[in-house]
Amino acid sequence: MNAAAAPVVIPLLSGLLCAALQRRRLRWAASVVGAVAGAAASVWLVVLAREHEVVVLRFGDWPAPYGIVFAVDLLGALMSAIGSWVALCALLALLARPHLRLDGFFHAGWHLLLAGMNGAFLTGDLFNLYVFFEVLLVASYFLLTLGSTRRQAREAFTYVAVNLVASTTFLVGVALLYAAVGSVNMADLALRLPVAPPGLVRPGVFLLAVAFGVKAAVFPLYAWLPHAYMLPSGAVAAYFGGMLTKVGVYALYRLFTTLQPLQGPAPAFVLVAVLTMIFGVLGALAQEEIRRILSFHIVSQIGYMVLGLALGTPAAWAAGIFYVLHHIGVKTALLLVAAAVEVAYGTGALPALSGLAHAHPLLGLAFAVPALSLAGIPPLSGFWAKVLVVQAGFQAGQGPAVAASLAVSLLTLLSMTKILTGAFWGPARERESIPAVHYAAIAGVGVLTVVWGLGGGWLLDLTTVAAQRLADPEAYARAVLGGP
Amino acid sequence: MNALVALLVGLLFAVGTWLLLGQRILRQVIGLAFISHGANLMVLLSGGLRGRHAPLLANPEPRADPVPQALILTAIVIGFGVTAFLLALGYRMHALEEDDEP
Repeated sequence: MNAAAAPVVIPLLSGLLCAALQRRRLRWAASVVGAVAGAAASVWLVVLAREHEVVVLRFGDWPAPYGIVFAVDLLGALMSAIGSWVALCALLALLARPHLRLDGFFHAGWHLLLAGMNGAFLTGDLFNLYVFFEVLLVASYFLLTLGSTRRQAREAFTYVAVNLVASTTFLVGVALLYAAVGSVNMADLALRLPVAPPGLVRPGVFLLAVAFGVKAAVFPLYAWLPHAYMLPSGAVAAYFGGMLTKVGVYALYRLFTTLQPLQGPAPAFVLVAVLTMIFGVLGALAQEEIRRILSFHIVSQIGYMVLGLALGTPAAWAAGIFYVLHHIGVKTALLLVAAAVEVAYGTGALPALSGLAHAHPLLGLAFAVPALSLAGIPPLSGFWAKVLVVQAGFQAGQGPAVAASLAVSLLTLLSMTKILTGAFWGPARERESIPAVHYAAIAGVGVLTVVWGLGGGWLLDLTTVAAQRLADPEAYARAVLGGP
Repeated sequence: MNALVALLVGLLFAVGTWLLLGQRILRQVIGLAFISHGANLMVLLSGGLRGRHAPLLANPEPRADPVPQALILTAIVIGFGVTAFLLALGYRMHALEEDDEP
């Protein structure tokens, strides 16, 4: 055993422990300590992956590709680290609500979701990826439907059905690739897919892309997202909105770098990315509810991340990964602010809200900073993320896509201004209290955008290294399979 | 044989999709079950249907590919769990009061 399994094992253990503990305080202690330990393990894994290229764990010491392996490269480790951090911060936001009755199974579901996510980021086996997707989806079904009313249950049914069909598509894709090369180990696939019969590989890869596209909510497969994210309580939505779609984005990166490396810009894929941006932002403009607006912006921002991937150069991938990390922090912070408003005032509808910035100056700041970062205002991290994607777009000769992305960021600013003027400006009506712990939770994720904006050079260095390693699947395969 | 099973997979997907597009919850759940069984059969097909003997090293006969069988077993368990969850969710919809219907 080595450190590679720790980000999966720790949440599993702490989730089980939470389900078993009877006392509320003990449960919370176990839950928070488990989340902190998981985050620490993931950060440690980033350090290891930076140093060793790929950290490989062979379960039962079976040699790859026969046994199941965890193969942690820098991309996986970075995703796992930010995911564990988001899980911790969103959990703190729930701690801020002392009247909320959470049973042990809620904590168990929370940690199971984290274990599934981390497993998906760290595994080096395509079928194992499917299993971890299912683990995180089942946990998300559970968290989504907990205490639901009749109508919520019906909306949740749609979410489950959509994801089940997507998972089935994933499974069929895996079957086609297995039929083509006789392996499900990603390193092995990376070596063998280029020489396999294209009649099986092409539909297989296409089906995988569709399955990951549903999870990542890219155009035209995003319609489930804005409804689903309205269902759970605010902090759960922040956890989902920050991380769930990004697991799909990660899987797309893995598919189109390690398994089927893109060579230069893929026009159809660029088009999908641009349409995702445009449809997401246009959907957001029509909404009048903070969380719904933010949900549509998730779709829109996914477009930028996919654009980074679709450009097909290591520089663009580095920009895309930077964008993913930046966006996770920003989006979780925004949704946590929305959660605070919903808990304190009982609604997130813009017409019902006014003057929040007067009543809570700190909350106004906590919303304005990530909101401006989302729209790409310097010196926040969103500005650098957009600059990097735009630069990579010009280098790849995709002028129209770059122009579209700039127009979309203008519309994003408009949409954020709508929330700011609608809910935060104007005369304050009444003042409810917002607990300090909730502010701490928002600050935990919100501070990332400021830090990475003012001094994000080290993060860009990390994502550049991660992208360069993605561009060399042979080295990845050598590290996992052993041999020369 | 392969072609026959492939046709069966297609039939399962078609029937499942048709059921899924219906209005009633139970129909949709059964449709999803059909679709996931189609996928399971597809995985079995991916290993080829030629080998007829247990995959033991001592066995000199042509052997079946054991990997798809292991994969299917996992997929069946997952499909079973999710179907059970869907049925529970459908029951919940049925059992809850119509308190917030528009």
